[in-house]
Amino acid sequence: MSTAVSTIDPTARRVPPLGGFNLTMLGIEIKRMLRNRRTIVFALIFPTAMFFVFGSGSGGNEPLGGGLKGNVSAYVMVSMALYGGALIAASGGAMVATERALGWSRQLRLTPLNPVAYIVVKALVALTMAGLAVVVVNVVGALKGTPSMPTDTWIYCALLTLLCTMTFAALGVFIGYLVPGENVMQFLGPGLALLSLLGGLFIPLTQYTDSIRMIAYWTPMYGVAEVSRAPLTHELPWYAVVNAVGWLAIFVLGAAWRMSKDTQRV
Amino acid sequence: MSQPLTAVSLSGVTKDFGRVRAVRGVDLELQQGEVVAFLGPNGAGKTTTIDMILGLSKPTSGEVRVLGIEPRAAIARGLVAAVMQTGGLLKDLTVRETVEYTRSLFVDTKPTDEVLATAGITEIADRKVAKCSGGEQQRLRFAMALLSDPALLLLDEPTTGMDVEGRRAFWQSIRQDAKKGRTVLFATHYLEEADQYADRIVLVSHGTIVADGTGSQIKSLASGRVVRVTWENADTEAITRLGGVDDVEVRGDQVYIHAKDSDTVAKYLLTQTSARDLEITAKGLEDAFLSLTGTTDSTDSTHSTEGAQS
Repeated sequence: MSTAVSTIDPTARRVPPLGGFNLTMLGIEIKRMLRNRRTIVFALIFPTAMFFVFGSGSGGNEPLGGGLKGNVSAYVMVSMALYGGALIAASGGAMVATERALGWSRQLRLTPLNPVAYIVVKALVALTMAGLAVVVVNVVGALKGTPSMPTDTWIYCALLTLLCTMTFAALGVFIGYLVPGENVMQFLGPGLALLSLLGGLFIPLTQYTDSIRMIAYWTPMYGVAEVSRAPLTHELPWYAVVNAVGWLAIFVLGAAWRMSKDTQRV
Repeated sequence: MSQPLTAVSLSGVTKDFGRVRAVRGVDLELQQGEVVAFLGPNGAGKTTTIDMILGLSKPTSGEVRVLGIEPRAAIARGLVAAVMQTGGLLKDLTVRETVEYTRSLFVDTKPTDEVLATAGITEIADRKVAKCSGGEQQRLRFAMALLSDPALLLLDEPTTGMDVEGRRAFWQSIRQDAKKGRTVLFATHYLEEADQYADRIVLVSHGTIVADGTGSQIKSLASGRVVRVTWENADTEAITRLGGVDDVEVRGDQVYIHAKDSDTVAKYLLTQTSARDLEITAKGLEDAFLSLTGTTDSTDSTHSTEGAQS
């Protein structure tokens, strides 16, 4: 080479495998969520406290009746795990919009990271954190010893709960775009609490008047709550399934719609 | 060995936003190791063009190539990096985490500690980004941009907020890397900076390249002088008939004559007319810039487009 300036051969550079997906990135993302004190208080400590209040008193030992193998405490525990998991999954989803607003997404677009790998990482973070929330409530329940149900029922309930939290990860992404700013949780926190109340997570729907119950059937937390508790209650109305699937579709489409609207800004 | 690849090549590139044409047919080739200033007023299409080189947006027509390949393919190989003026950082990460995160996305990188040391941010490695000053954040952005040893570096107003000393040190290191083959394209609206530090200035206005050359070439493009005289009832037509007169402006009894051959104009004015109080001034780069970009009669349509983009 005779020129003063040396030159660069582009073919000597490699493209990372898996679209740039890697465990370092996943680890840092999970660490970020664990460091967020508000998320931890609302998604881990609060549901556990609620379980203690509603599910482990003297009433908790009462069997569910109707020949079911389980007690009230188990029913409350599953509900609380869903509440905690939904909240943390939503806050994880909301981070996507925050990161776009901060210009971090644009920064990532200047690296080999594939947008699909980014979404996969975010989904895995939401799933991991929701899993943590579900596990915390279940472990506390097991240690307390009040909830009673067969082991396989316990496992099925926990797995279904985890699956159902993904609805709220999508909701988080959607709301994150609708409510700009870094404190989406100020909307999601009270909002999810209200939905949980309506959906029968805090108080059984049978306690409500008929008119409120009719409204409750249409709200997003009702369907997933029924699905999560189905292994325990052995009942799953068809409209609960429609509710769960419908709201998942609405939130996923809403999130996708806002994300695609936002591409001009990258 | 074959001829080195062109670092950046744009051919017939246009970009429309709705009905507004932000970039109107740009042809540009940057060679490896060149330091090029992308100079132009706000709304000239600089950001839009840079976004297309980065593969963040696709041209409406025309073709963009970085080292002979698609911009996105070049990015995937870690060949391109960019430093923006603001944003692009997560506030809740530490400086070290930010570097590690970015590093994990590339195949070939230097060790984190080395990257931190080179950028001079080892001391603040465990500090949250939110607690870093603007200057520290900027150094972090550079650390992130350089960790993949990019062949092409795009900078947006790189030295805004830097003191004179910082600015000099910055450009010294940029020039050193250019010797190793790194191409640097920086957007600026500081004429001095473009003139002092770039090998080449590409002047853009209203979505097209209006001039391309070294600082002195650009200056000579808009060469000539301005002759100012006090002249009641000025006969502007007679002046225009003189050779080498580019423009005549009348402001009250003050007449400004832009001319390549100011001597002829002055001789004519003082001997053939009642004009008096004559003054001749040379045009600087500032004037060259203004006359080439036509900022005085800027249209606002392109202006608002870029504002929405950035």
